[in-house]
Amino acid sequence: MSKMIVPLGPQHPALEEPESFTLMLEGERVAAATVALGYNHRGMEKAAESRTYVQNIYLLERICGICSHSHSTCYVQTVEALAGAEVPKRAQYIRALIGELERIHSHLLWLGIAGHEIGFMTLFMYAWKDREIVMDILEMLTGNRINYGMNMLGGVRRDITPEQGQKVLEALDALEERTEYYKNVILQEQTVAIRTLGVGRLSREDGLRLGATGPVLRAAGVVKDIRKDDPTEVYNELDFKVATDEHADVYGRTVVRVTELMESYHMIRQILRQIPDGPLSVKVPNRIPAGEAAARYEAPRGEDFHYTRSNGTDKPERVKVRAPTLANLAAITHMIDGGFLADVPIVIAAIDPCFSCTDRMVRVKDASSGRDDVWNWDKLRQYSIEWHKKRGQDLGYRI
Amino acid sequence: MANLMSVGTAIFNILVYPGFLFLGVLSLVYEYADRIIYARLQNRVGPPWYQPVADLIKLLTKETVIPSEANNRLFRSIPTFAFAATAASFLYIPVWNNRSLLPFDGDLIVVMYFLTIPTLTFFLAGWYSSSLFAEIGGIRAMMQLFAYEVPFYMSLLGPAALAGTWSISGVSQFYREHPLLILINIPSLAVAIFSAQGKLERVPFDAPDAETEVVGGTFTEYSGRFLAMFRMMLGAEMVVVAALIAAVFSPFFIGGNAALGLFLFLIKVLAVVFLLALMRAALARFRLDQMVSFCWKVLTPVSLAQILLDLIIKGAL
Repeated sequence: MSKMIVPLGPQHPALEEPESFTLMLEGERVAAATVALGYNHRGMEKAAESRTYVQNIYLLERICGICSHSHSTCYVQTVEALAGAEVPKRAQYIRALIGELERIHSHLLWLGIAGHEIGFMTLFMYAWKDREIVMDILEMLTGNRINYGMNMLGGVRRDITPEQGQKVLEALDALEERTEYYKNVILQEQTVAIRTLGVGRLSREDGLRLGATGPVLRAAGVVKDIRKDDPTEVYNELDFKVATDEHADVYGRTVVRVTELMESYHMIRQILRQIPDGPLSVKVPNRIPAGEAAARYEAPRGEDFHYTRSNGTDKPERVKVRAPTLANLAAITHMIDGGFLADVPIVIAAIDPCFSCTDRMVRVKDASSGRDDVWNWDKLRQYSIEWHKKRGQDLGYRI
Repeated sequence: MANLMSVGTAIFNILVYPGFLFLGVLSLVYEYADRIIYARLQNRVGPPWYQPVADLIKLLTKETVIPSEANNRLFRSIPTFAFAATAASFLYIPVWNNRSLLPFDGDLIVVMYFLTIPTLTFFLAGWYSSSLFAEIGGIRAMMQLFAYEVPFYMSLLGPAALAGTWSISGVSQFYREHPLLILINIPSLAVAIFSAQGKLERVPFDAPDAETEVVGGTFTEYSGRFLAMFRMMLGAEMVVVAALIAAVFSPFFIGGNAALGLFLFLIKVLAVVFLLALMRAALARFRLDQMVSFCWKVLTPVSLAQILLDLIIKGAL
């Protein structure tokens, strides 16, 4: 059969966000695949340089619509480290509570997407309906369904009353029951098993070599979780297990995420039991002392990394963000190669991609000559005019 | 005068009953039934009763875009072929009693033949769209055809062999007289329901138009009234297949009273549609290779064994 090149993206029903996958097909098999990113560069890092540290909390929270709390917590931690601020214990517990609730909503959302990708719409409808429980809880606690705006420099903005804690516990019971049900569906439903078992394999060695992170790596049996390895704030006071699995495929990633849901319920119960009384925040000055700091945070999708450099003013000199999807992106082509076209959507979805969060500025450097070419606006315009002229589309005027 | 009368009857049969109008209304009703059952099984509210009609009207008013690369004449005419073949097959299926409009010995084969044409048109529609995803969808539809068609035929041939006739009306007449014998054909019924999902390209066998893989599949380039025609045809095909399964596998008929007979027919088709919707809700999509091996390794042997069983029982009777 002749080879066929199929573009999966940048716009495709299987993708929630723009990203380009080019697949070389032999029949239904994928012979080769390439990934091209850069379709949703929003200039956030540059924008952060012209805003104050406080304004940046809200800007960077909007990197991702799903793991917004992860990004803002990670950023706030770098600034607090620069300022030498000691966050009160109660605020740390509230941050962890929101973080775990966010993980629950993210994983339930993912479960639905996974169902959609394998044509199991009932799973999608069920999971998204149950996700509403945790969304309501988040709205009750923070006032928002996403982009909670809970973090501030030196603490959190809102307190949790005992009544709210009670409501969270009630919601957890309902969610736990539903998660048990999903676990049974995944373990017992044959059509789910045949679509996920052995699909998109990423061995332990390949996962480590390609720099995969989060549930993708844990599904290959690697015990790696920032909450355990590099515990910030209260995570070393909580008792929890790192969910891992030995399947190293889409099935394993599903099992890991569902197990993490159960661990998160367990952790939230501990948080609500152990949360101490005390102030919600400490004062952090507007001008942050010069220096640089980095922080890591276990977002639902894997390791989130933030770096901030301060020059002593009220605005950062440089903010660098590496979203977990970037780390997992390199492994995607490896997982797609040799598989079926029908499996490509679920394999891509199984890393829980967040392409728009991933895109940062790319600086192209010629490896052979070492030439570092940065294009300014004039050069880009000139290139565009010539590009069109070459194709006989001379517009006759300077754009 | 008598000649004129028969021409009038023929036109009535083609246009109103059991032709386009009756089948069209039925397809809209059962599309709604399918959608609401599917929605309720998924914890959703589901659409209001007029939604299929509203969808149809909306599609008809939409602009029709035909790709310049596509073969214009074939692109336009293929949906009509698909609908005509489906409508023609309905003439041989009993509705309110156990006798179809034009029964003859062998109409079971003719109906199956007519029901193969829509799948062929899917392939042609995909191919002549000259679009990448439509072509892949068309090829997938063709590959599925080779997988489900054999078990689907054989699952209907088993009961027919026991009845000793190739006429659908004859088969239903036989089981009306021997209602208990239908219990023997239950494995065949399961095979028929499964392979009907392949014929109708529904979950779990909807690989030809799986949107997360091949966008719209065969229908990627179709829009406006041509897409409306295809959707009508899919609805009609579901009714025809459900009615065929109901006619062959259910012994419940009431002669004489047309209204009661029609009501019973609607209930029987609804029961089959319910089974189809239940499967759609409870299962994930099979990959094409899994679908092909499932059809050949599970469904075909079961229906072969069924035919053998039916022949043995027929010898014993």
